[in-house]
Amino acid sequence: MIRFVLRRLLQSVPLLAGIVVVSFLFMRLAPGGPFDEERALDPVVRANLEARYGLDRPLLEQLWLYVKGVARGDLGPSFKYGGWQVREIIAQALPVSLMVGLVALASSLLIGIPLGVVGALRHNQWPDYAAMSLALVGICVPNFVLGPLLIILFVFQLGWLPVGGFGSFEQLLLPGLTLGAIRGAYIARLMRAGLLEIIGQDFVRTARAKGLSERVVVAKHALRLAILPVVSYLGPAIASILVGSVVVERIFSIPGLGSFFVNSALNRDYTLAMGTVLLYSGMLIGLNLLVDVLYGVLDPRVELE
Amino acid sequence: MDRRPRRAAATLAPLLGLVAALLTGCALDDERADFSYLNLEPETIDPGRVSGEAGGRIALNVFEGLTYRHYATLEIRPGMARRWEVSPDGRTYVFHLRPAQWSDGTPVSSRDFQYAWTRLLDPRTGAKYANILHPLENARAFNAGEIDDPGALGMDCPDDSTFVVRLTAPVAYFLDLCAFYPLLPVPRWVVEARGDAWIRPDTIVSNGAYVVEDWQINRRIRLRRNPRYWNVESVQLELVDAVPGDYLNGNFNRYMSGVLDWIDSSGIPLSIVDTLKDRPDFHTSPHFNTFFYRFNVTRPPLDDVRVRRALYHAVDPVPIVEHVLRAGQPPAHSLVPPGLPGYEEVRLEGFQPERARELLAEAGYPNGVGFPEVTLLFNTSEAHKQVAEVIQQQWKRVLGIQVRLQNQEWKVFMNTVRSLDYDIGRGGWIGDYLDPNTFLDCFVSGSGNNRTGFASASYDSLIQRAAVTMNRTERMALLRRCEEIVTREACIILPVYYYVVTNMFDATRWGGLRPNLINIVDLKSVYRKDRPS
Repeated sequence: MIRFVLRRLLQSVPLLAGIVVVSFLFMRLAPGGPFDEERALDPVVRANLEARYGLDRPLLEQLWLYVKGVARGDLGPSFKYGGWQVREIIAQALPVSLMVGLVALASSLLIGIPLGVVGALRHNQWPDYAAMSLALVGICVPNFVLGPLLIILFVFQLGWLPVGGFGSFEQLLLPGLTLGAIRGAYIARLMRAGLLEIIGQDFVRTARAKGLSERVVVAKHALRLAILPVVSYLGPAIASILVGSVVVERIFSIPGLGSFFVNSALNRDYTLAMGTVLLYSGMLIGLNLLVDVLYGVLDPRVELE
Repeated sequence: MDRRPRRAAATLAPLLGLVAALLTGCALDDERADFSYLNLEPETIDPGRVSGEAGGRIALNVFEGLTYRHYATLEIRPGMARRWEVSPDGRTYVFHLRPAQWSDGTPVSSRDFQYAWTRLLDPRTGAKYANILHPLENARAFNAGEIDDPGALGMDCPDDSTFVVRLTAPVAYFLDLCAFYPLLPVPRWVVEARGDAWIRPDTIVSNGAYVVEDWQINRRIRLRRNPRYWNVESVQLELVDAVPGDYLNGNFNRYMSGVLDWIDSSGIPLSIVDTLKDRPDFHTSPHFNTFFYRFNVTRPPLDDVRVRRALYHAVDPVPIVEHVLRAGQPPAHSLVPPGLPGYEEVRLEGFQPERARELLAEAGYPNGVGFPEVTLLFNTSEAHKQVAEVIQQQWKRVLGIQVRLQNQEWKVFMNTVRSLDYDIGRGGWIGDYLDPNTFLDCFVSGSGNNRTGFASASYDSLIQRAAVTMNRTERMALLRRCEEIVTREACIILPVYYYVVTNMFDATRWGGLRPNLINIVDLKSVYRKDRPS
């Protein structure tokens, strides 16, 4: 397994290098630059700024310097936010995004598992239809609709929760729920299908025949196996939560990475845009690797080599 | 039998641990600030590098310059300089500083200003507003790297409390500039020791009413009253949060739920402005900011002044402000917005459909026949699009011409307009200082802000003459003449409306706040009305 992980890590090096080069070139090919604003810069001032950020050098030399910097772990200074290093911005914003992501993950499990269990245990009865309808709605409603709806309900009608921002656990609930809803819906369907399959098996019938209560049969015997498909779904779910948080961060005014990811491209903040692209790429590669490893751990049929 | 669920639990356990760790790590102390206001994430708060409203607002509350501007009357008041003298030729200013301290206890000295201004002009600083100080002796050459000796700059410090400034030519609005954020003092010992990171909360030293206590990017800048500020007795709010947010509806929600005490137009959705207008906490005032279209005078048919005038007279801004914008924006009759003391702006004739048709016929396009297709370019924005659509319809109805609309993303748009690769383009300008020159100076030949291709030696010399004219009335007359040229005579721009500053705050609760021409928030004036200080 260690050899598998090492080989995958080695493979990701050229991939990341390619991402650096392509994102660098794309950023530079886009018309307009970081210093193009309504108020034109005095030519002297503009020349000074370009010299300060090394934009007066040939493009290939800039690329080379950037790649060298990245190799040393230096993502350079932000063009837009003077005095901040890209590394520092990421260090402040990433934990925020992770927090929101984790709350989203937790809420998707808390929604999905009970709904799935209810659906399976009351198979083809009204609780099943209700749970699966709810799941279908969860999959269909996009987060930019769900978020504002939740705000209207929980903030302005009921007054239970704060409207957004970051700093307390309550502030994370609505964004977490918004982001987690769609994954929760998927989990509900996976859970229901998994449990239905397990419940029909012999050992469950045996447990029932022993006179165990229905609660013990489900909770102690069936659920443990039925949850496996959900666990394997968590990898892709985490990845999509982290990368997909841009909209939710905006709706709830959360100072995470999402807004930097979008705005840095619009601002032509070259270093910050490339830094966030690189980070997201790294996270996706890492999470995919983690999922593959987890499959190997959880399912003996999967051979990593 | 199966150890797999237990393994699953084992993989989930560290995840839960991480949640707990992050929660405790990220949790805030959180003392509620006395006042929280919307302020977009600043590019920087370093006076030498600030170039926008968001950073300027913070810098002006954290540092104090030689002068400052009163938030309501906008008059210039003595700041660090207790008083000053101006030589009869208007080229030498002698400032006498009041005894004051930096937040670390160091006395504020005239040398702090000399250092800050030298730093602003130093090419290595890369200051976007360095040109503001180019009227200083030798400043332009020093900023361009042609002179290395900072001693050659027109500044002297005969002693710690006297600051002498020599200009190459009189600048009528120099005291205004002294209240502008690029000319704020900076603490040399901190800047030199800490480099670019000197503005961080743990290192920054300042001389204004507030000090920076905390700065989490995109989350908040927390300001605390500076106990060493010379006039600290007059400062009422102890703790203030400047809260950023680039999502308009989110900002509005935070205001409505009481998280923010003050928002400006970055938090007021256009779509519900009709409803908001009637609320007692909705306040507007004129902004020193004009929305206009610029003509590319190097391209036919817009190289013909009759065509440009025809287009101008065919536009009726009234339906635009009444039905599209709706927040009380006045239709524009000039380039320089009204309200400048001592200056009477041009009053253009506006919508005259008959005159417009005549002009177009004179130019050889009777009823629009044979008029080549031109494009109206604007940067992507819902409001800009709606305005452009109305004007497109008006041109079609009045002149019988078809104009194509095109939008471009902001940076692409700037690039297109700058390289004169457009026909008619959206423009806007916010005055930097309260003087008509800040608008008119843009259209000097070759200015980076001109972007119309307009070049006129007589216009340039008028601007020059105004710059060295000491008599205020005479000077204003010269500038007024310049405004006549760019609008009525050459018609290189088509003014549409003046922006307004819109603020929302509860005026029964907060005093010392008022929407103003330059949209500043002076925290040292703000106080709670419903709570005794």
